[in-house]
Amino acid sequence: MVESYIPLFVMILVGIIFGASNIVLTEILGPKRSTRTKLSTYESGMEPVKSARERFSVKFYLVAMIFILFDIEIVFMYPWAVQFKELGMYGFVAMILFMVLLFSGYIYVVKKGALKWD
Amino acid sequence: MQPFDLVGSLPLIVIWLALGAVGIVIQAFVRNTKLVFGYYAGTLAVTGTLAALTSYHKTTAFQHMITVGGYANYFDVLFCAAGLMTMLAARPYLQRSESEYDEFYTLLVSAVSGMILMAHSNNLVVTFVGVELMSISFYVMAGFFKMQERSVEAALKYFLLGAFASGFLVYGMALLYGATGSLDYVDIGLAAHGGTLRFPLLLAAGAVLMTIGLSFKVAAFPFHQWAPDVYEGSPTAVTAFMSTAGKAAAFSAFIPIIMAVMPVGAGAAAAAYAPQLQMVLAIIAAITMLVGNISAIAQTNVKRMLAYSSIAHAGYLMMGLVSGSADGAAGILFYVTSYVFMQIGAFVIVGLVEKADGTNVMLDDYRGLGKRQPLLAGLMAVFMFSLAGIPPFAGFFGKYLLFLSAIEAGFTWLTIVAVVSSVISVYFYLGMVVKMYFQEAEHATEPAPTGMAGITLAVATIAVVVLGVLPSLLLNIYRTW
Amino acid sequence: MNYAALIPLFPLIGFLIVGLFGKRINSEKLVGTIASSAILMSFITAVATFMGLLGMPAEERSFTSTLYSWMAAGSFNVNIAYQFDQLSILFTLIITGIGFLIHVYSVGYMHGDKSFSRFFAYLNLFVFMMLNLVLADNFLLTFLGWEGVGLASYLLIGFWYDRKFDGSHITWTGDAAKKAFIVNRIGDFGVLAAMFMLFNQFGTLEYAQINKLAPAVWGVGDTAVTIITLLLFLGCTGKSAQIPLGVWLPDAMAGPTPVSALIHAATMVTSGIFLIARTNVLFALSPTTMAVVAGIGITTALFAGFVGLVQNDIKKVLAYSTVSQLGFMFTALGVGAFTAGVFHVMTHAFFKALLFLGSGSVIHGMHEEQDIQKMGGLKKYMPITYRTFLIGTLAISGIPFLSGFFSKDEILWFAFLNGSPVLWGVGVAAAFTTAFYMWRLTSLTFDGEERFDHHHVHPHESPKTMTIPLIVLAVLSVFGGLLGVPHVLGHPLHIPNLLEHWLEPIFAVGTTYLPKHTGDHTTLEFLLMGISTVVAISAIFLARSIYSKGTERAAGIAAKFGGIYKLLWNKYWVDEVYNGAFVAPILAASRDVLWKIVDVVVIDGIINGSARAVGASAGVLRRMQTGVAQNYALIMMVGIVAFIGMVLWPLLR
Repeated sequence: MVESYIPLFVMILVGIIFGASNIVLTEILGPKRSTRTKLSTYESGMEPVKSARERFSVKFYLVAMIFILFDIEIVFMYPWAVQFKELGMYGFVAMILFMVLLFSGYIYVVKKGALKWD
Repeated sequence: MQPFDLVGSLPLIVIWLALGAVGIVIQAFVRNTKLVFGYYAGTLAVTGTLAALTSYHKTTAFQHMITVGGYANYFDVLFCAAGLMTMLAARPYLQRSESEYDEFYTLLVSAVSGMILMAHSNNLVVTFVGVELMSISFYVMAGFFKMQERSVEAALKYFLLGAFASGFLVYGMALLYGATGSLDYVDIGLAAHGGTLRFPLLLAAGAVLMTIGLSFKVAAFPFHQWAPDVYEGSPTAVTAFMSTAGKAAAFSAFIPIIMAVMPVGAGAAAAAYAPQLQMVLAIIAAITMLVGNISAIAQTNVKRMLAYSSIAHAGYLMMGLVSGSADGAAGILFYVTSYVFMQIGAFVIVGLVEKADGTNVMLDDYRGLGKRQPLLAGLMAVFMFSLAGIPPFAGFFGKYLLFLSAIEAGFTWLTIVAVVSSVISVYFYLGMVVKMYFQEAEHATEPAPTGMAGITLAVATIAVVVLGVLPSLLLNIYRTW
Repeated sequence: MNYAALIPLFPLIGFLIVGLFGKRINSEKLVGTIASSAILMSFITAVATFMGLLGMPAEERSFTSTLYSWMAAGSFNVNIAYQFDQLSILFTLIITGIGFLIHVYSVGYMHGDKSFSRFFAYLNLFVFMMLNLVLADNFLLTFLGWEGVGLASYLLIGFWYDRKFDGSHITWTGDAAKKAFIVNRIGDFGVLAAMFMLFNQFGTLEYAQINKLAPAVWGVGDTAVTIITLLLFLGCTGKSAQIPLGVWLPDAMAGPTPVSALIHAATMVTSGIFLIARTNVLFALSPTTMAVVAGIGITTALFAGFVGLVQNDIKKVLAYSTVSQLGFMFTALGVGAFTAGVFHVMTHAFFKALLFLGSGSVIHGMHEEQDIQKMGGLKKYMPITYRTFLIGTLAISGIPFLSGFFSKDEILWFAFLNGSPVLWGVGVAAAFTTAFYMWRLTSLTFDGEERFDHHHVHPHESPKTMTIPLIVLAVLSVFGGLLGVPHVLGHPLHIPNLLEHWLEPIFAVGTTYLPKHTGDHTTLEFLLMGISTVVAISAIFLARSIYSKGTERAAGIAAKFGGIYKLLWNKYWVDEVYNGAFVAPILAASRDVLWKIVDVVVIDGIINGSARAVGASAGVLRRMQTGVAQNYALIMMVGIVAFIGMVLWPLLR
């Protein structure tokens, strides 16, 4: 019942306290000597030269979207691989089917030229 | 229980493999719209036929995640029929606008596959996957005229608000799971109907949130505001499909959920909140039909008028949920079936009258249509009368069954609201008929040739008349489940 | 007698043939023959059925013919089934008989119309629906007919949609049609609601079952039965054009004249009376409703009679006369004289169809002129029309031994006996107006000087297809009353009241719940009969003396009573009140509240803060960029919080 959730609440509480106290403590304890270099965007890297608000090519989104799509599908494979033996033939066929569907989608993407940059 | 039921799962397997494994690959290599059209039309026809043939086979499959047979297969047939009818009408429509891409048919079949999943679902996650599959296809289809601002606007608006509503849907599911420890409708139903609950509050909150999420999908007040904008902006063929099959699908998911979480009668664990939930549904239904019908009166754009009328119809349909009884469900099934036919019919005619640039959709453009196009206007009149619920057309009997179920559940006031609002609705449905028959055209634009849309219109008309004269055809089917 | 089920089938076949192939047949003669013979066959079948019923013992004169199970859902079971009994066969004979005559008449009247076949298709559809209404064995099938006749009436009122029509707040015939339909729908709401309540109570919609079960469940004067009967009566006021829903009938005259005769005088408008007669047991159980019916009936009779006094359109006079006569019928029902009410339905069907067809003949002969101020002296041009119209006028005025006399006097007598002297007095006053406006109409149309323009109008007698129905109806108007000779007259002469005898089983159960008035009133009845006859005759002489010479004397009188004249001319401003009270607010609510506030104020106003006079494309863009979707989401959020609160609040407390 509700009692079994007490450790969870304690955990959440500890997390909040730890995070908050760290931010507050650095603010209090840390020395504040700011210079021009320190305030720049990339303190030890390149000089920022122009506005970051630029228009990206729509192809960027296309590739990003497709990447996420196929990347996410990998997530399904981990638990499947772990439980492979228990799932047996049924699980194997199901995953093959899944891969077939995924792969035909991939063929479509490639043939339509969604991954071609120019 | 066997882990895999081939016969029962056949319609689902066919549509997914045909779509995901074969169709996509064909489209990747072949650029032939006619072929793709034929292929997907065939897919829907085969799926529908298989669903009809295997409907006798009632069981569950995939570890209880889906139910097969009876109710679910009935909806399969309905969705496939609606999809086919839309495809037939959409082809000439898209060709006129010079935006016929094969992806339209892919998306349509993909939406149908989502709907089928919703109807078959016996599990919260499956329902969600189905809802999203359908909705995402709709978002894209709404923006199919990508060069028209209104179309793109409709797509974006629909997507944003749809995502918002999906959030509530999935949150409700999470709460239901938390309250009952199961995603399975049967388990949730058992928990709500009997014994004691560990977290009645969570169950109640989950039930409301799911109701809200699905109310958005059926466009019920106050989650209806997207509908007029989206239905107006989308290509008419898409509107025809979303406002009919989409609504039917949402109700196919709605009925089992409400049956599970809203036990009617005392003694159940859920009795603490069921009456309030019932009242919420009744209020949504009442305001939805009033708002829909009253707003429709003020419209000058036919698509917008039909959009508001479709909101009103969602209100009528929700009356069947209020009762939570088998009679109410039968009413929904019958009404949603007739609604699919009459609304698709009306929208197909709107699509024919519409010009390629999306104009000529104002009510005034229908003046004198009765003289110029007697057949088209006659059919439109039939659909209008049926939508208005005038016997002997199908619309009347569906309404009658729904009203009756609400009365039997003790919601007399709701029925009175419904009858009053259906009286109001006569005003604008009839206004359409008056425009077509009793007014002269100032400037006449000839509607497009009917082409294949004629098949759709013929089917829709026959269905509207036959269901009105022989409603037992369907009602007898419901009784066998 | 299985063939009886064919009665409604013939008009349906006629409708389908004429409706689908009428244009292709392209021959007025053939179309007219098909349509008319469909009705004739129904009539013949109805007569055969009637003969069959006559041959049975009185108690068994009822049988049901079930065609198929219309719908069955759980406990809800409705059949397509026709019930043939004394009441339904009587109405069927009236509908098909008069319907046939009017079909024949229409062949002449509609000659040369560009939509000849469409007209006959609608007429056949109407007869089919009307037969469903009266023959149904259950409420739902009656309701199908009820809506169906409304639909046919709508189509026929707006038949000449391209013609102007000068109605109240209406300029086109299409608007008149729409008005009729919508006003009727308000009444239908009552019928529907009553049906639901009856089904909820009895689990059936069959008349026989409900009439049998009702007395067992409800006592006399129960609230439930009062509510149900009042709702049913609301439907009747819509269909039969009684106060408060009577506003549509005068405007329904926008339709072709045969339509006015068939639908808006002889048949459809009497379906309210039919419904009450059919459910007389329910009505008899509620004295309150009966009082309301009688009150509304007599009030309508008087008020419509007064309005009829000042109308100048030949058809509108008849329309108000119809409303007034329907009022008489309801009065009869309200005082429990069901037979008298049905009797008046029958006689009224004869003489009012005759009068309407006569007026159609006049309009036809006068080249579509309907204003009686521009007529006069027509009797020498159209002798047959004149003579038959005169017979109709005599019959409706209540001149002794014509059909209207028997039925109206029966009603007035029962109003006195079962109601009150006041009811009788008002009825006599209404009867006075009837006689007066009918004679005003006849005098202005057929007598006096010729006020029409001889250069443009050449009055002529109508063709045979039009005059023969007039003659037949005139004969019926003279002798039709003999079917229901009141006892006080019939008894000494050994003439039985055939109609009362015939209908007795229908009303037997209902009348047992009504208060009884017995005793010998022969002298009183003769006295009252004499009074009403004298009143009618004096009204005739008064009208003749004012109008037979022309319109000058009438104008003087009108000027003298300016206020009253104006009140009557404007029909008590009922239409204006309705417009202000119902139509305008709904439209305004729709336009102003939902449309303006939600769309204009919220979207255009709050979000953008700009005026709404922006082009459509800008509107689209603005909506996009200002994120109306957020606004929608906000409203959704409010709804979500409200609904969650509603459900969870009781749990949290």
